[in-house]
Amino acid sequence: MRGYVELFRLGKTYDTHKGPVVIVEDFDLNLERGEYVALLGHSGCGKSTVLTMVAGLNPITTGGVAIDGREIDGPGPDRGVVFQSPCLMPWMTALDNVMLGVNQVYRNASKNDRIDLASYYLNLVGLGGSLHKRAKDLSQGMQQRVGIARAFALKPKMLLLDEPFGMLDSLTRMELQEILLEILVRDKVTTVMVTHDVDEALFMSDRVVMMTNGPRARVGAIFSLPFERPRVRADVLDHPEYYEYRRKMIQFLEEQDHRKLKADAEAREQAKKQDEAEEQQVAEAV
Amino acid sequence: MNWRGGLLKFCEVAGLPIFEPFVRLAAGEDKKEQFVGIAKYVLLPIVAIALFLGFWAMAANTVVTDSAKLPSPKATWDAGAQLIAMHYEQKQADRLAKQEKVGEAVRYMAEAKAYGEAAEKATGAKKEALEAKSLSLKKRAVSAVNYEPSSAPTFIDQIWTSVGTVFFGFLLATLVAVPLGVLCGMSPWFNAALTPFIQVFKPVSPLAWLPLAFIVIMWYYAGYSAGETFFNKAFLISATTVCLCSLWPTLVNTTLGVASVDKDFINVADVLRLSWAQRLFKIILPASLPLMFAGMRISLGVGWMVLIAADMLAQNPGLGKFVWDEFQNGSELTYARIAFSVFVIGMIGLVLDRIMIFFRNLVSFGNPAPA
Repeated sequence: MRGYVELFRLGKTYDTHKGPVVIVEDFDLNLERGEYVALLGHSGCGKSTVLTMVAGLNPITTGGVAIDGREIDGPGPDRGVVFQSPCLMPWMTALDNVMLGVNQVYRNASKNDRIDLASYYLNLVGLGGSLHKRAKDLSQGMQQRVGIARAFALKPKMLLLDEPFGMLDSLTRMELQEILLEILVRDKVTTVMVTHDVDEALFMSDRVVMMTNGPRARVGAIFSLPFERPRVRADVLDHPEYYEYRRKMIQFLEEQDHRKLKADAEAREQAKKQDEAEEQQVAEAV
Repeated sequence: MNWRGGLLKFCEVAGLPIFEPFVRLAAGEDKKEQFVGIAKYVLLPIVAIALFLGFWAMAANTVVTDSAKLPSPKATWDAGAQLIAMHYEQKQADRLAKQEKVGEAVRYMAEAKAYGEAAEKATGAKKEALEAKSLSLKKRAVSAVNYEPSSAPTFIDQIWTSVGTVFFGFLLATLVAVPLGVLCGMSPWFNAALTPFIQVFKPVSPLAWLPLAFIVIMWYYAGYSAGETFFNKAFLISATTVCLCSLWPTLVNTTLGVASVDKDFINVADVLRLSWAQRLFKIILPASLPLMFAGMRISLGVGWMVLIAADMLAQNPGLGKFVWDEFQNGSELTYARIAFSVFVIGMIGLVLDRIMIFFRNLVSFGNPAPA
């Protein structure tokens, strides 16, 4: 099956002074148009690596990514990215931050149209009254709203969210999750979100892709969620299968943990044996 | 209470915490807390200064040689007051001389007019003689009007010359260092090419540069006599030396600022596919301004220090030359005047530093520099 977005045997290898380390290997994933997929896994498992490769900000070692039938080559405004830290230019106003991208994508539109577009998305994220405030004077939550508005205002083919709510307090996080879903009801943009929050993945996405622990991380399991859209938090939480899915996901993560602990223990055991063998040799030699 | 916020913001941006307790006191905030602030920023320094003056006065009584003695604070103060008074006396005398010359010019013009009228009525040789007389009177009037007093520069004149020289040198340095620093920060290749020069020339003392600056200026101005050129030679030599020495902190800091722009900002620029110019002017330059200004602040400080030495050597009018001349004169007042100059040089350095802190804090998006 060919998807709107295809990740084909995507892999990333970093060269370290101890030799090459494979972070992600053979990562296969197809997304339908308008689908919301969450990448869930432990910290450091390579979720963000996959996302930054799709964004074009991180060179791809093996495999490839195609969007709408075209292979990506470097970063571009067809993929809106929301980073964990808001990444606004602190010296610019909220509007100017959004305009930076809008000016780039809609070069032929009149200035007024561009301002209207940027203000429209800032209004959607609830910042209609703070258009001309400097980014450095906005709270963390408000800055992240501007980040979301900036990504949507590009009218991207794809939205890439790298733990977008990770730095926010839980109340602000829930508020922004709902705002994001609301905008997605209007603009159906294909989305990949990286998170390590099981509840966030369950509430936001159509499918949750569980990643195995790195190195050599890959797709471990995929859960298709039955919750209806538009999502209402209370309904999702009340859904009869919610806790079943939640249990399965946490079980998967714990298994990964066990596997990692086991692998670590084995590695330690191995190292110990080697040490002993070496000591033996030394003792024999003496 | 808007004026309170504005004034507090100003104290912070200008790096003047000394005024903060007074603003808060005027705004009716807790008095006890503000008196603690005043004690810290005002009373304590006053006590320290008083102690210093006491030690100085004691030292002045002790350090005495056959030919001279260390000036006491009182003698220094008097010498300073005298220098400033001399400046105003001199200016007053110059003004009077100028007035007199202008009066003379008016008289000459009136006479010239009279001769001119007489010439119109006369005929033949007499007419020509009268016209010639009228013309020479007019010429004299013009030269009288253009009279400039040629008195020696006073202490205050020297201060202004020094400040002008340091700003001109600093401006030159900034115009060279900022573009070079931006290029170095953006291109590792360019940086690699420039690094040997920076590393080698940065630690060189201004006095070593001076003779080289001297021959370059001499070569450039060969064939012109004094007054024909836009800049004074000695002024240019001093300014060039200031420029060569104050170049480096700005260059190094600009390079650092541009090279260490937050990776996130660069990611945003990549995602938006900003052009080279947009990337430079919308992201890299604003993001590196705080470090750039921190470098310029050091540069101006270095420039001011260097200038005094350069003035001494180049015999460029300025505070350095003033100190040197006083030392050579060896009058009774010499050391008191030099001590006063030291104080003035320090105060001007302080003001220059505050100005740069002010600018740096203006561009630092809410992270004021430590004063």
